[in-house]
Amino acid sequence: MNTLIRHKRRKSDMLLYGLIYLSAGLTLTLLIGILLYVFYKGIRVINLELLTTVTSSLRGTVGILGNIINTLYMIVLTLLIATPIGVGSAIYLNEYAKPGKLVKAIEFTTETLSGIPSIIFGLFGMVFFGNTLGLKTSILTGSFTLTIMILPLITRNTQEALKTVPDSYRSGALGMGATRWHMIRTVLLPSAMPGILTGIILAIGRIVGESAALLFTAGSGRALPKAGLEGFFRKFTESSGTLTIELYLQMTNGKYEVAFGIGCVLLVIVLFINLTAKWIAGKFDVRKQK
Amino acid sequence: MNKIDTFTITGKKKNRNYIEEAAHIIFAICAVVAILAVVSITAYMIVKGIPAFFKVGIKEILFSTVWEPTAKEPQYGIFFVIITSLFGTALAVVLGVPIGVLTAIFLTEIAPKRIAGVIQTAVELLAGIPSVIYGLLGIYLLCPLMYKLEMALFAGSTTHQFTGGANLLAAVVVLAVMILPTVVNISASSLRAVPESLKAASLAVGASRIQTIFKVLLPAAKSGVISAIVLGVGRAMGEAMAITLVSGGSVNIPLPFQSVRFLTTAIVAEMAYAEGTHRQVLFSVGLVLFAFIMLINVTMTKLLKREAEKG
Repeated sequence: MNTLIRHKRRKSDMLLYGLIYLSAGLTLTLLIGILLYVFYKGIRVINLELLTTVTSSLRGTVGILGNIINTLYMIVLTLLIATPIGVGSAIYLNEYAKPGKLVKAIEFTTETLSGIPSIIFGLFGMVFFGNTLGLKTSILTGSFTLTIMILPLITRNTQEALKTVPDSYRSGALGMGATRWHMIRTVLLPSAMPGILTGIILAIGRIVGESAALLFTAGSGRALPKAGLEGFFRKFTESSGTLTIELYLQMTNGKYEVAFGIGCVLLVIVLFINLTAKWIAGKFDVRKQK
Repeated sequence: MNKIDTFTITGKKKNRNYIEEAAHIIFAICAVVAILAVVSITAYMIVKGIPAFFKVGIKEILFSTVWEPTAKEPQYGIFFVIITSLFGTALAVVLGVPIGVLTAIFLTEIAPKRIAGVIQTAVELLAGIPSVIYGLLGIYLLCPLMYKLEMALFAGSTTHQFTGGANLLAAVVVLAVMILPTVVNISASSLRAVPESLKAASLAVGASRIQTIFKVLLPAAKSGVISAIVLGVGRAMGEAMAITLVSGGSVNIPLPFQSVRFLTTAIVAEMAYAEGTHRQVLFSVGLVLFAFIMLINVTMTKLLKREAEKG
């Protein structure tokens, strides 16, 4: 009796179990190792001076305030352009379009966009926005380039969210005499908001972490915007390096300490963004609530 | 009937129709932006990338191995660069995919829910880490290690060019880590999609858990794993900033301990100062990269389509 139900352990089974545990362990170790190491190396470099001043060769100090502000400019402008387009596109695909060639083309190109490497976006942005449209290396050029890059992210997340809105909401609103636009504005968009927000937050993560698409489009300027409204707007046309670009430049020059400091700042932002996105997605997940 | 009332009603309706129409058109325009973007990117890559082929010659660019763009008689052979990108990507996939798939198996089949959640979060965070940070860790941690390895392996060699640790192998390791999240996520979701009945049947006829996983679940999830590989290839081939410094940067035959240059890093390294024909050739490099990526994209779409047709 005992031998009948005895667990027979095969050697190959044990080996494969071992490999599986090893792989999962490696993945986990990698993440924890990367996080801990960057924090360990970076935290001692971070101080008030680094975060609140601009690099000055006169005083020999290093500061990344300019880069932080550039990054903010980049995030806000890119989202201002990309969010309406991405959400609009998703609404069109989900609510208006009838299956056909156009929809297929839109879906294929959206898919393609998400597969194009950022260095190609960088080349295209540099030539098209920078040269053809004459925007040179500036926040505008960088933002337009990133807009194309993050479009699929926002479109897809909005689409997913729209798909989870029950059809009864739509027919209910339309049946009560609401027009389609009214229904979209007052019923669909609010219900799909968590999905849209998740898309936006993930997009912020990509903007913050992006480097290859910005190197030749937004440039590497470190200066703060000049005072006043004019300075605020002029900033859009100036060469402006984000945090990632500054990290890359510091690393290229062999200044690893500062690079780790910036890396630490970046990781904190990225971690915060990812956890927020996860939290929102979990909190509003329609399927989970049922 | 009151005349004024009729007037207001029709007026309102007209207004409403305008708004409806406008909304429809605006949304359609938003949707078309994606098409416009892909078309203009393709057009620009071709328009910018083709001239050098005429000027220098297709054979002289694609199949020549000498890259001396700033010499008096410049040569623009990118054969080694192309080979490096292909070989480096292949190695990264060979290294990264098994680890990724096994992690996905752990995630979906073996780990208790709690631990699976932790690993899932870890994978997501790994995907979110900016590529420059991978590059920084690569140059700061990995390259010195590689250098030690190189010193041990090639001790006393007079023919080997010492690279200081920035070589193909280091770049491959960085790329393998960077494609891990993609591979894990896609394999895991395709493993989750395998019908529970298959698993139950396999276990019921007496197969062990490992046999079930490798002989039933993995074959059933094959298409997902293949998509994971294809996407991984795309990511590895397109990565630039993480491997620019780590790979060394000289144009060389892709051997593990040699300083090499990828398609992506060639652009990053020289675009800033390149002029004239040199610049045009860099756009040709971009076009070659773009062609490879589009090939991968089309393969991916075909795969997904075949899967959808199969049901």
